[in-house]
Amino acid sequence: MAEAAAQAEPRTPAERTPGTLAESVRAYRLVVGMWMRSTTVYRASFVMTAAGNFAATALDFVTIMLMFSHIHALGGFTLSEVAFLYGTASTSFGLADLLMGSMDRLGERVRDGTLDTLMLRPAPVLAQVAADRFALRRLGRLVQGLLVLGWSLPRAGVDWTPVNLALLPLTLLVGAAIFGAVFVAGGAFQFWAGDAAQLQNSVTYGGATLLQYPPALFSRELVRGVTFVVPLAFVNWLPALHMMGRPDPLGLPGWVDFAGAPVAAACCALSWLVWRAGVRSYRSTGS
Amino acid sequence: MGGFYAAVAVRGFRRYATYRVATAAGVFTNTVFGLIIAYTYIALWDQRPHLGGYTEAQALTYVWVGQALLAAMAQMGGGFETELMGRINSGAIAVDLYRPADLQAWWLAADLGRAGFQLLGRGVLPMVAGGLVFDLALPASPLAWLLFAAAVCLGTVVSFAIRYLVGLSAFWLLDGTGVVQISWIVGLFFSGMLLPLNAFPGALGDVAQALPWSAMLQVPADVLLQRRQGADALLALAFEAGWAAALLAAGRLVQNLATRRVVVHGG
Repeated sequence: MAEAAAQAEPRTPAERTPGTLAESVRAYRLVVGMWMRSTTVYRASFVMTAAGNFAATALDFVTIMLMFSHIHALGGFTLSEVAFLYGTASTSFGLADLLMGSMDRLGERVRDGTLDTLMLRPAPVLAQVAADRFALRRLGRLVQGLLVLGWSLPRAGVDWTPVNLALLPLTLLVGAAIFGAVFVAGGAFQFWAGDAAQLQNSVTYGGATLLQYPPALFSRELVRGVTFVVPLAFVNWLPALHMMGRPDPLGLPGWVDFAGAPVAAACCALSWLVWRAGVRSYRSTGS
Repeated sequence: MGGFYAAVAVRGFRRYATYRVATAAGVFTNTVFGLIIAYTYIALWDQRPHLGGYTEAQALTYVWVGQALLAAMAQMGGGFETELMGRINSGAIAVDLYRPADLQAWWLAADLGRAGFQLLGRGVLPMVAGGLVFDLALPASPLAWLLFAAAVCLGTVVSFAIRYLVGLSAFWLLDGTGVVQISWIVGLFFSGMLLPLNAFPGALGDVAQALPWSAMLQVPADVLLQRRQGADALLALAFEAGWAAALLAAGRLVQNLATRRVVVHGG
């Protein structure tokens, strides 16, 4: 038995190469699985918090419905069209929040010194932080977004050509990747300013709220800012306007509507660099 | 005794004043949300110019008053209630009850100190930012500002009294997360944070205006916008004071019920 045990564990931590993508995914899945098991033990508590998450998210849509109790079009968009924008933004954000939402706890771990424990483990730190206290209740947000999206699909005036049919799932994934990159960069920022966890809320929650409304409502500077600086416009505005056959307010060339995937890839690469710089600048409280 | 609770309030103020980076981050976030909501309101009031009796400038002022009061009224959490629940769950509440200070008055003083800081630290700058970007309908008369200050104070007491009841629920529930969550969802809806209550459709608006949560935004905003002036403004303050007294009394009653059945684990 002793020999078998020795064979089963041939690698020392030093020989393992944490940091590869496969290692990260594996570590992430292990930690997430652990948290999911622990969450579902208290089933009533899980159902209640998930329902609460759903209801809290639904408040945004309630606001929109209250507005539409007085009007037929907001900025020239009908309720179904706004719902399409809302559904795509919320689904993408819900997915990113579910998978990477724990990143904003990093500041806490830096403050209380428990980040050192994660760094000592032979697994990529980013994967561990992202999976830390994985909150399955965030499914509530995702489900709420999907329900609104599903309701809007036949009503938003989208011509379901093969291109549009393919563009929709791609858009949701690209949006989730862009928001995920924001979560990682925002988390990394807490290496330098641990108390500023709220700051990323303005881009994540604020961004998700912004994208629920037609871009025509906002000032051109704001729309330019979320197109060229923090490219949130690629989450849903550009592709969704294309699907609904509406022009984008900045009058960008048509191919830009399909540029989401490379933009998302660039965002992820950039946030990875920020993350690495953050980890390198980290000085433990004990040092 | 008054000096003692004043000291508690000052400590509450200082405690929150310690986190300067967090406060700056909060100010930034409030400003971003204010901007987003303001643009949606402009589109709405563009279609319905006198919705709820507000002009566009008044509606925009309402948005920034809402962002300025959000943290002070602890509408998204961040108040004392989770701390109180923690002390009830851990049994530390037994020690609190032995102290020569009244439990409700202690937490009220501490929470008013917190609210005072968050009104200044989190409220003023977003309001200034809003004023720089949009034309706001702020009153010139000092009396309107004085009445607004009174309305905000009373609103904070109402907010406290509701959250005190939420906190005390931990005497009966092992996990109060659900109650806290329901409390702030209901609060956001009925305070007018989503949309001014006078722009709610039909009877829903009338009901919402009569409920205590309206003291947390709608009533102070209407006083500042001078939609309620003179005797009507005093009536608005009396409405808030009435709810504050009723809810504080309810908190006192529940506290008496709860402390009679305190069971300290391990005791």
